Amino acid sequence: MRPYAPMIRVRTRSPDNTRELAASLAEQAQAGDLLLLVGDLGAGKTTFTQGFAAALGISEPVTSPTFTLAREYRGRLLLHHLDVFRLDQISEVLDLGLPELLDSDGVILIEWGDAIRQALPSDYLEIALTFVEGRPSPPDERVVVLTPVGSRWQARVDELTTLTEPWLESPPC
Amino acid sequence: MTALETPQETPAIVLGIETSCDETAAAVVSGPSAVLSSVISSQVDLHARYGGVVPEIASRAHVELLTPVVAQAVVEAGLSDHDVEAVAATAGPGLIGSLLVGVSAAKSLALVWDVPFVAVNHLEAHLYSSFLEEPDLELPVVVLLVSGGHTLLVLMEAFGRYRLIGQTLDDAAGEAFDKVARFMDLGYPGGPVIDRLAMTGNPEAVAFPRPMYEDGYDFSFSGLKTAVVNHVRNNPDLDVPDIAASFQEAVVDVLIHKARKAAGQYGAKGLCLAGGVAANSSLRERLLDACVAAGISGFLPSRSMCTDNAAMVAAAGWQRLQLDGPSPLDTGADPNLPLPFIRSGEPAA
Repeated sequence: MRPYAPMIRVRTRSPDNTRELAASLAEQAQAGDLLLLVGDLGAGKTTFTQGFAAALGISEPVTSPTFTLAREYRGRLLLHHLDVFRLDQISEVLDLGLPELLDSDGVILIEWGDAIRQALPSDYLEIALTFVEGRPSPPDERVVVLTPVGSRWQARVDELTTLTEPWLESPPC
Repeated sequence: MTALETPQETPAIVLGIETSCDETAAAVVSGPSAVLSSVISSQVDLHARYGGVVPEIASRAHVELLTPVVAQAVVEAGLSDHDVEAVAATAGPGLIGSLLVGVSAAKSLALVWDVPFVAVNHLEAHLYSSFLEEPDLELPVVVLLVSGGHTLLVLMEAFGRYRLIGQTLDDAAGEAFDKVARFMDLGYPGGPVIDRLAMTGNPEAVAFPRPMYEDGYDFSFSGLKTAVVNHVRNNPDLDVPDIAASFQEAVVDVLIHKARKAAGQYGAKGLCLAGGVAANSSLRERLLDACVAAGISGFLPSRSMCTDNAAMVAAAGWQRLQLDGPSPLDTGADPNLPLPFIRSGEPAA
């Protein structure tokens, strides 16, 4: 076992490529998984969610949950898609009933999760999407950092490493 | 016909209550379209510093505002409580905490006044809003419903008979306005700010993408938002009004193109706008131009009828009472309440 949470840093080349990465993660998803999507406006949280949902066999459009905060979709697993950007108190996050959602046979994907870290259960996979710096910055490329938190995800580090291999950043020449 | 067989008279005076998002509203409507009063108390100032509606703040404000707003609506209608013959409330879609305030209040009032309660779908109320100002609008019409939470193209064949033509696959149009405005630090709500800035900008300054322009009737605005973000990141010195105008032009181009195409394909007699984004001046102007070009009638509800209001809820409630009768008092609020669409295979009634 590694003593600290190892981060897996990968790079996607296009929105479709981000969808493919999300699909790979979805194929390994288990009931009770909690994924936290962190990233600035336009970083690709919607794109990631679409790829993830499609790979779970969800055919209806997965629209932004910004307005109603939470939406539910039925696929291979139930997908709960939450957006907590505007929740300003931890109590509101608890009101969404995260523990109950986790107990159901579903997967939870939370957008803008960074703001609510305090209210989270102890096991989750954080997925941080960031723009690639540079002038001009490559508009379609994103750095994706996966951080497994808690024993549930620590135990799956090898699995995560294997499935993200195609997206590993090529070592500098 | 004996007295027992006489159908019960349908209530005429309906009190409507709307609390699905950040407007606390109550209105009294007589029959299908005579608006006796319409009171709207906006919470926009409460949410402005958060850059969006904060659910808990909205619910608390609804609780405080609803009683005086209802009282004012009844008084402004020139009526007293016992004149109200039915109470309608938005039961969804919307924020669950906010919806519950309105639904609970409406059920309580209906129980106390001993009148029917009727649950109303917020989207159906928006679809119906044009008819409040234009009761003789000829059907079928295509309604472009654009707001912060929704983007829908609907064929309205009759009240209660809708076909879904297209919808957003990711962000709503109004949400794209809000998010772009927030990214550029322009303030909240984003729609009116961008509309105002766009008036002095060049809509051709930046050729932003027109997502899914020739691709069916669905919409996608998330990618357009990302294109704006990318452009601003790489060109931080760009003129803000030019960006606002170019972004708005891209959104309006797509909306108008699809609405016009839908009106043609489905043989609509007219094209209506509904929802908060229908207040956008460029969208209004371009919709009328498109209708003139297509030789169909175009209808733009007044600004107060586009945004969330309770007159449309009361009127839709009156229509629902005709169709289905009252709703049971155990009807709950549903944040994702769907519109009952007819599938394309089903024959028209």
